[in-house]
Amino acid sequence: MRIANYTDQCAGQPLCVRRLLFCMPNALVFTSAFLLALALALIAAPARADYALNFPTPASGLAQDIYDLHILILWICFAIFVIVFVPMFVALVCHRKSLGHVAAKFHDNLKVEIIWTIIPTLILVGMAWPATNLVMSMKDTSKEDLTIKVTGRQWKWDYEYLGDDIRFTSNTTTPPEQIDGAQAKGENYLLEVDHPLVVPAGKKVRLVLTTSDVIHSWWVPAFGVKQDAIPGFIRDAWFMVDKPGIYRGQCAELCGIGHGFMPVVVEVVTPEQFASWKDEQKKLLAAAAVDYSKTYTMDELKTMGAKVYTANCMACHQPNGAGIPNAFPALNGSKLVRGEKSAHIERVFNGKPGTAMAAFGKQLSDLDIAAVITYERNTWSNAMGDVVQPTEIAALHKRSQ
Amino acid sequence: MYTAADPADAHAHDHAPSGFMRWVSSTNHKDIGTLYLWFSLFMFFFAGALAMLIRAELFQPGLQFFQPAFFNQLTTMHGLIMIFGAIMPSLVGFANWQVPLMIGAPDMAFPRLNNWSFWLLPAAGTLLISSFFVPGGAIAGGWTMYPPLFIQGGIAYDMSILSLHILGISSIMGAINIITTILNMRAPGMTLMKMPLFVWTWLITAFLLIAVMPVLACAITMLLTDRHFGTHFFDAAGGGDPVMFQHLFWFFGHPEVYIMILPAFGIVSTIIPTFARKPLFGYVSMVYAVASIAFLSFIVWAHHMFATGMPLGGQLFFMYTTMLIAIPTGVKVFNWVATLWRGSITFETPMLFALAFVFLFAIGGFSGLVLALVPVDIQLQDTYYVVAHFHYVLFSGSAMSIMGGIYYWLPKWTGHMYDEKLGKIHFWLTTIAFNITFFPMHFLGLAGMPRRIPDYALQFADFNMIASLGGFLLGASQLLFLYNVIQCVRGGAPAGNRPWEGADTLEWTQSSPPPYHSFVTPPIVK
Amino acid sequence: MQEHATSDTYYVPPPSIWPLVGSVALLALASGFALLLNKFSAGPYLMALGMGILLIMLFGWFGTVIHESLAGKYSDQVDTSFRWGMAWFIFSEVAFFSGFFGALFYSRIIAMPMLADAQLLWPDFHAIWPSAGPGLKIVLTPVDAWGIPALNTLILLSSGATVTWAHWGLQKGRQFQLKLGLALTILLGVLFISLQVHEYGEAAFSIRDGIYGATFYMLTGFHGFHVMLGAVMLSVIFFRAVAGHFTAERHFAFEAVAWYWHFVDVIWLLLFIFVYWL
Repeated sequence: MRIANYTDQCAGQPLCVRRLLFCMPNALVFTSAFLLALALALIAAPARADYALNFPTPASGLAQDIYDLHILILWICFAIFVIVFVPMFVALVCHRKSLGHVAAKFHDNLKVEIIWTIIPTLILVGMAWPATNLVMSMKDTSKEDLTIKVTGRQWKWDYEYLGDDIRFTSNTTTPPEQIDGAQAKGENYLLEVDHPLVVPAGKKVRLVLTTSDVIHSWWVPAFGVKQDAIPGFIRDAWFMVDKPGIYRGQCAELCGIGHGFMPVVVEVVTPEQFASWKDEQKKLLAAAAVDYSKTYTMDELKTMGAKVYTANCMACHQPNGAGIPNAFPALNGSKLVRGEKSAHIERVFNGKPGTAMAAFGKQLSDLDIAAVITYERNTWSNAMGDVVQPTEIAALHKRSQ
Repeated sequence: MYTAADPADAHAHDHAPSGFMRWVSSTNHKDIGTLYLWFSLFMFFFAGALAMLIRAELFQPGLQFFQPAFFNQLTTMHGLIMIFGAIMPSLVGFANWQVPLMIGAPDMAFPRLNNWSFWLLPAAGTLLISSFFVPGGAIAGGWTMYPPLFIQGGIAYDMSILSLHILGISSIMGAINIITTILNMRAPGMTLMKMPLFVWTWLITAFLLIAVMPVLACAITMLLTDRHFGTHFFDAAGGGDPVMFQHLFWFFGHPEVYIMILPAFGIVSTIIPTFARKPLFGYVSMVYAVASIAFLSFIVWAHHMFATGMPLGGQLFFMYTTMLIAIPTGVKVFNWVATLWRGSITFETPMLFALAFVFLFAIGGFSGLVLALVPVDIQLQDTYYVVAHFHYVLFSGSAMSIMGGIYYWLPKWTGHMYDEKLGKIHFWLTTIAFNITFFPMHFLGLAGMPRRIPDYALQFADFNMIASLGGFLLGASQLLFLYNVIQCVRGGAPAGNRPWEGADTLEWTQSSPPPYHSFVTPPIVK
Repeated sequence: MQEHATSDTYYVPPPSIWPLVGSVALLALASGFALLLNKFSAGPYLMALGMGILLIMLFGWFGTVIHESLAGKYSDQVDTSFRWGMAWFIFSEVAFFSGFFGALFYSRIIAMPMLADAQLLWPDFHAIWPSAGPGLKIVLTPVDAWGIPALNTLILLSSGATVTWAHWGLQKGRQFQLKLGLALTILLGVLFISLQVHEYGEAAFSIRDGIYGATFYMLTGFHGFHVMLGAVMLSVIFFRAVAGHFTAERHFAFEAVAWYWHFVDVIWLLLFIFVYWL
């Protein structure tokens, strides 16, 4: 005894084709529309790259190969989809009880079952072949033109040009006001940095990646490169981009509260521009070397310290130094900050193991550390009035050796 | 096909205990099954509410409602609770109700242990949910708990580890119970190859649970000792490796995916033949397909880790094995379609859910195949494409087949028919809202939106707004489900022993609801 | 004495409060442990409370089972269920240990060479096992496999033999051989644990000393814990044997514990080979 009875106005329609055309159940209408939309989206995708239905326009050979492989697989899947689901929908429309269709009794057919096991296997082999070739070229990081060491940090990237003695940190420049909605969001909201990675066009760039805290993942979609950086281990990846330009990506592995705010920006320039950029960087680095003989004033240190704070401390301890209750301690009014200078230096220098507080002694220059500590001790309602000089930090380096 | 036991005999013992003690001290598989199902429904709504908050924050770019610290707690807890609190317990609930009824057993093999398996869940759930209110808030490192990020957290991280230990104990004992019931308590004449497919899928699922839950226990124990006892399992300075955790986790995690989908296959394989009024096509190949999927699940785990950078040989091996899964999965889909072919089909709510399952799960399967290919996966790993993929297999896969299963067996369990019209409305709203929510996520992922971020670049704004709107509709439609289930439990048209004319498994030989102690004398299966 | 159950029907026990008590116990134990780890003073008390409740539950639950068994409520089919249940439980334990062995093999075979390759980070590191890793600067002196560990292997293997001898006694109705065999097995188990404790005391490294220390203490520690559990279970079986609970035909509890003991034995052999020896 069935309670529920599916009623259908089309009961008794003689021709299957007419049923298909005029009496489709809701399921078929919905699904066809859905399939149609899907197909249109896929077809339209390459034409309307700006609407972002597919991968971004590839900038490297690898990314182009990935793009093509993906499109190929998508069409194969689409074809299988149609082959499988057209019979299903024909059955749903034509083999309905409300049309008086009587169920057949068959429940096995070895021949058919063998066929539909073997054909997919062959299709898979067909898919695996191009994929294998592509994996092999992705993994081949040999014959590089230059090597850059990428170190992830919560929540910024350090770049070091191996053999060239150029190193810098790349930090997000999206202002907190834009994130909070106090300001209108800029064009490259969340995808902008102070110092982009600069690489020459047409050269094979090898990245060696690691991190100083948690796992991060360096990713630029247009390059087809995504590589996790693992603390204590080295991983590598490569790309070669012919067209100069600015390419943007993000950290792709959850790495804490700043995960969404850790952009990757790469500026691809001509080899000539790259050469002059390198010279410029070397000069800048030389100029920025810490002068230990100099005694810095409170104001100098506080001005520098504010910048260091924004780049390194603010994500956790917040712009107002209030921290986040029970997660990240407040610096404003903190016992440590208002206590002995040496304890404060110690904490910044060595970090606090087992928490997100990194050992900045290995990451920042002595001047930066001196500046940020001075800043923290003399900002908000903290007014210790004392200053920290780079020499005091240098002493710590000697002691830890 | 079956000779029913003498009903008079069954009813002779039939007096259900009442009140509070009936539920807390139960040794009855039906009561415990009911407890499991209510618990999972509660957790489904709780974790669903977290999802609503996530979609609210992602409605627009910028931080509107929550700070990143809390947002990360939301995504992490949504995942953990949906998996361990909603999907898994509900499937165990089905096993409790249906396995003894479908194989003609009087109860589960270890009725007291069965009760413990259930009552550990509220204990673990309490520990997990209360971690929202401790200093530092709940865990925020993702449900995958990767170190070293996971090492950085506070007491909530320990509470979650211990809660997972308790959930693990519950799952292992539940699985031992189910496997023993199936192996030892089938009615005379019910050989393994005569078992309903749902029972088969649970037999294999139980095996997977026993094999991999201990490995999870092992991995999170190492996390705990790394956090508090100075070990260096996941710290390179001491010779450990953070990636080792990922290997252990996914050695558990991939079979876990099948733990959540195989019983769903079983439910769908029960519903489709019923409403096609035709026996399941290719029963034997279905059994072999489930077994092969289970076997393969042990050798594909590292496809979750292609971006961690393993050697070439490793990437190729895991790519090939992962692609192989498409074969048994394909066989299952073909068999379902062949079951429908030349049937006598009607479209009651359970059937609608089962059909949507076949169709939408296939989409999830295809995106899975896309993700299996290392080069493409490198682009899509940790993006919204992956979020779309696993919601297609977990929501339109597991969750929707669970809903279908509930509609299918509610008349048997309660003795009343649910409201068919409301059921259909619920189905259509769920299906449409689900696709509005998750289909655009494929595009977001392809375009380059990472997952687990509280804020995103402007180019992702449109699709996120669409997904959020779909998400709210999806959440709201589930209230209809709750209403329909409660109304059905409270009353409704009497269902009769066999409300579905195409149903032919043993439970339909019993009254609706079945006697408190059914099959006290086993039926003879011919 | 236990009589042979004749009923055809499967015994479904009446409602029982013990599972709920067990859940409360584990909740208290787990929350207490979380508090203890984070240095809240309530932690140890809550843990003690949980432990107490757990013990009450174990006594109550197993007491009920023994009582039902003696009352002859368990048919052959129930007996088979118990066997399946125990077998799958041991299988889950195998999975548990294989996780830790997996960690050991992964560290030795995969992580070590990768760290040695990472010259950019660890210029002086060489992949030589045993290792405390590249960052800790610790020179390890491992435990000599052919000292106490070899002796312990002998002890544990002998205990496997004695428990089998006890089983023969039981099967042939020689109750004295059963009791003596069990007593010897327990004695050897206790001896094993004492030697392990001694070895821990003598060891020149701790659980904090890199991956070697971590895997060593984790594997041997969990194994030792299982031996202790096995010894407690054997003691219960011993007292039940003294009370005459087992007959030559029906003694599932004895067999379950014997299986468990053999499992612990096999794990030790693997430990001896892969942790101590190679």
